[in-house]
Amino acid sequence: MNAQAYNFAYLDEQTKRMIRRAILKGLAIPGYQVPFASREMPMPYGWGTGGVQVTAACLVPEDKLKVIDQGADDTTNAVSIRKFFEKTAGVEVTEATGEASLIQTRHRIPEQDLSKDQILVYQVPIPEPLRFLEPRETETRKMHELEEYGLMHVKLYEDISRHGEISTSYAYPVKVEGRYIMDPSPIPKFDNPKLSDSSAIQLFGAGREQRIYALPPYTDVQSLDFEDYPFEVSKAPHDCDLCGAKDTYLDEVITDDAGSRMYVCSDTDFCSTRRQNGHVGRLGTPVSSEVA
Amino acid sequence: MTAAVAQIQTNSIEDAPLLKVQNLAKFYGSRVGCQNVSFDLFPGEVLGIVGESGSGKSTLLAALAGHHQPDRGTIHYRDQDILALQESERRRLSRTEWAFVHQNPRDGLRLGVSAGGNVGERLMSVGSRHYGNIRTQALDWLERVEISPDRIDDRPSSFSGGMQQRLQIARNLVTSPKLVFMDEPTGGLDVSVQARLLDLLRGLVRTLGLSVIIVTHDLAVVRLLADRLMVMKSGEVVEQGLTDQVLDDPQHGYTQLLVSSVLQV
Repeated sequence: MNAQAYNFAYLDEQTKRMIRRAILKGLAIPGYQVPFASREMPMPYGWGTGGVQVTAACLVPEDKLKVIDQGADDTTNAVSIRKFFEKTAGVEVTEATGEASLIQTRHRIPEQDLSKDQILVYQVPIPEPLRFLEPRETETRKMHELEEYGLMHVKLYEDISRHGEISTSYAYPVKVEGRYIMDPSPIPKFDNPKLSDSSAIQLFGAGREQRIYALPPYTDVQSLDFEDYPFEVSKAPHDCDLCGAKDTYLDEVITDDAGSRMYVCSDTDFCSTRRQNGHVGRLGTPVSSEVA
Repeated sequence: MTAAVAQIQTNSIEDAPLLKVQNLAKFYGSRVGCQNVSFDLFPGEVLGIVGESGSGKSTLLAALAGHHQPDRGTIHYRDQDILALQESERRRLSRTEWAFVHQNPRDGLRLGVSAGGNVGERLMSVGSRHYGNIRTQALDWLERVEISPDRIDDRPSSFSGGMQQRLQIARNLVTSPKLVFMDEPTGGLDVSVQARLLDLLRGLVRTLGLSVIIVTHDLAVVRLLADRLMVMKSGEVVEQGLTDQVLDDPQHGYTQLLVSSVLQV
């Protein structure tokens, strides 16, 4: 079967309309989980079927697509989704954050600030932040409806009582415009401040759970905390070993079995751009000599 | 003159019933859950509801606590029509001024959350956002229900049945409710643990001035706790009055049967 057998961006037009309606509703009620009729996609659940459907509904032929997985452009998930849209939509793809008009992401927000011409699509495994505290969906919906969010703080309380600090380090719950509590998808809490007041449109798609939610540009997003245990971003206390950046989120890479390790930017595009511009970290080599 | 009038008004407010129930009825299809139930509950009063299994006492309690909608009748709490309240208002009431102690502590506790978290949940749900304060209050309440403070970070699943029940009581009383519903709070506990729990409950009710509606089939429990007693049979109240009066001089045939059925040891 060739690419022409598919409609543009795989999904049929009626499905895309349905998803767009859910997206518009989500944008109108920031943080509210809109149910939608999620379709079977040619990839397994957990691989971003929600994000892929949102991306498919938003893509136009003029778009330039970037796909990242844990910040990297070259990991399995990112490569397969990027190829999927190259094949089924024929859109241009890029690895440069600044050039992309639509970015689908798993577990990270790019380091570079996004602009008002961009859409950021998140892949969400479990959209309900209250799920592990209250397993009944009927009850959690009621809690959202009536703004009964005391339970969310019970989770943070448990963190402090067990570990002495709020140890939740990813999927850190946020409150949107003082109303809905939202799961920001499993991004590290390092990225939480970037959710707020962003210039880009942020869309969240959960395929298995059949939910879409959204943050319109310049939405106020606050991370939950206690008065005596305020929200703090966290990252490894190192600089990037390749590009020397001090304020990026880092991956720890084990380099041998004798305990050596290096820390590198998880955002590969950000890191390589810095290296192109001549920044060198502790273990890095200048880009020109590496090529030679 | 004005002061005197004000005095009379405060008195009348204090004497006014906290809960006023009229003609309450709940049906399950064509079967009667309970019907023709009317009573007033005054501040600081403990009302016992006794009856055999299936007599409608738990149905009545659930209808009063807003767990399900009664089919007929009215419930007024401090002159507020409870059945006409918005759901959000009713749920706010039920986690601030009201409390519900389940027969099985597993229904009333979050077993995956530590004891401190269980007690703190109601505080957080009414807007408390200071960890230190929540913790202090949780510790204070654990002490009041005789749970050792070093168990504060343990999960209730590691507690004994009696401790779980006491924890459930602490969790319910932490927001200082005015009205507490109890559904067989001593059910499933052995006699010595029951006695301790009853002792604790009696102390808390007296010191905090709680109004309580307690449902049980154990006449010893109401003898110890309740000021007033309602006896139910087949969904209707067959007799009510002061506890000692009803138990010592039962008028209705069913009550006589019930009282005489208690084993004398």
